[in-house]
Amino acid sequence: MVKNGYSQKDKSDRAVLNVRRTVSYIVLAILTVICLFSFYILIINASRSHPEIQKGFSAMPGKSLRINFNSLMSNDNLPVLRGILNSLLVSGGCAVLTTYFSALTAYAIHAYNFRFRKAAFYFILMIMMVPTQVTALGFVRQMNAMKLMDSFIPLILPSIAAPTVFFFMKQYMEGALPLEIVDAARIDGSGEFHTFNFVVMPILKPAMAVQAIFAFVTAWNNYFIPNLILQSKMKKTLPILIAQLRSADFLKFDMGQVYMMIAISILPVIVVYLCLSRFIVAGVALGSVKG
Amino acid sequence: MTASGMKHTRRRKKGVSYVKWGYIFLIPFFLIYTIFSLAPLLSTFYNSFFENFMSGLKQIGPTFVGFENYVKIFTEGDLLKYAENTLIIWIMGFVPQIIVSLLLASWFTDIRLRLKAQGFFKTIIYMPNLIMASAFAMLFFALFSDYGPVNSILQSMGLLDSPFRFLSSVWGTRGLIALMNFLMWFGNTTILLMAGIMGIDTTLYEAAEVDGAKPSQTFWKITIPLLKPILLYVMITSMIGGIQMFDVPQILTNAKGTPNRTTMTLIMYLNKHLYSKNYGMAGALSVILFIITAILSLVVFFSLTKKDD
Repeated sequence: MVKNGYSQKDKSDRAVLNVRRTVSYIVLAILTVICLFSFYILIINASRSHPEIQKGFSAMPGKSLRINFNSLMSNDNLPVLRGILNSLLVSGGCAVLTTYFSALTAYAIHAYNFRFRKAAFYFILMIMMVPTQVTALGFVRQMNAMKLMDSFIPLILPSIAAPTVFFFMKQYMEGALPLEIVDAARIDGSGEFHTFNFVVMPILKPAMAVQAIFAFVTAWNNYFIPNLILQSKMKKTLPILIAQLRSADFLKFDMGQVYMMIAISILPVIVVYLCLSRFIVAGVALGSVKG
Repeated sequence: MTASGMKHTRRRKKGVSYVKWGYIFLIPFFLIYTIFSLAPLLSTFYNSFFENFMSGLKQIGPTFVGFENYVKIFTEGDLLKYAENTLIIWIMGFVPQIIVSLLLASWFTDIRLRLKAQGFFKTIIYMPNLIMASAFAMLFFALFSDYGPVNSILQSMGLLDSPFRFLSSVWGTRGLIALMNFLMWFGNTTILLMAGIMGIDTTLYEAAEVDGAKPSQTFWKITIPLLKPILLYVMITSMIGGIQMFDVPQILTNAKGTPNRTTMTLIMYLNKHLYSKNYGMAGALSVILFIITAILSLVVFFSLTKKDD
């Protein structure tokens, strides 16, 4: 009797579990469709010609992928190729500077016991939340005064001081960088700067890789500050060209080229992301709130 | 002689000479921060007390006017209207975001549910976070335009007779911006909440199961109360992000906040002042935004440090 009662309870338990599992799969499937839907249309329409797109939506790709690409590249009003190169230069520069110098700053506070260590740490934490937009007015005026308008320097150099990346590196060092290693290097006669470059940096590689990707993507997508600094046509980065496309008379545009332009801005990041997603998703959790 | 010799070696052993390297390694950060962030921040504050704008081609000011810009921005400008727009759009995106993220995070971490293909789903839901916001907005502009693919699909499915003009409707446009914010951030929030849930002592869940608690009971009685600090962190950081909302509405509405400035956000307003070189007003607006952000950040800081005790 009791046994029977138990197995019945077991059965109903399992039924409930199955229902819950089904519901969660359905919700996940719907969210997946919502996430991918717009990118699916993007890829389809990037491969169709303007008249085809005007005719209405079709679920199958067209044959104009190469034509759209070529006509976009030879579009005189929109220096896309130059935009890609500019974006690559700025994003690459930011990724390199931000990871190297954030690691160096974190190392200074992690490894050396100087008097203002705590003060420096709390200062960097404090400035972490100041939005760049709030300083934009002073920033633009100062770049004007320093004759750095329409230059890449104000877009690349400030990434040396990146509080969030610093914080991530500091967290990582606490778990992965025992100071005995540094002491051992000193006994071997390694100078402090040499120790950082050739002993400490290799240990930080995983953290630096994740942060380099994030820094690259952030700079690649950045619109607000570059839009205030860059002026000449050949200096513009991709987000500014996208905005320019938006403000142009939309109806006159070849829609195939518009979709191609969006695809060129978005897809490289997606491809890199899909290759490295395991590390990236783990990195997000790692850099989150910890104590 | 021996005493001073010992002192000498001990000092060397303790590494007095190393300490200076701590300072040296901090130089790049603080130098760059001072030039490119701190000085501009102070200059922004300073500028907010001056009348300084372009009237046509004529430069007015700079003249010191005290708090006049602040009075002006509250009485003459549409600051409150834009603050309201920003808040409404943020809430429209955040409410579904937190609900969906909580649901997904509790499912992903549920030991009994054992969902398959978790890696795949996490990869997909996080992906929109890395998309260029301006390109994403441009894509939505094309997709939801009057004769765009979405209207074309809805019509061919027989759901609509004539195209729905998303971008001419207040709630259509606000809804699209909120939808994009939701898509870009719910994956990130899910991962943060998962990290929080996995930090909860598993014996609590085991004890609840022995006592015969239902999944909904463990969720409301264990997960939610213990997750409070992280929920607060997620909410405040999202709010700070919401105040900075710019790329998506700027591109979607071509900097105009259409229809009738109902989607104009605070940073779009700031951008407008910066572009028209209205530095006094831009300064006052920046300082106001700085103060709001600082207050919100302090809430985050204290909620996180309290947890440590």
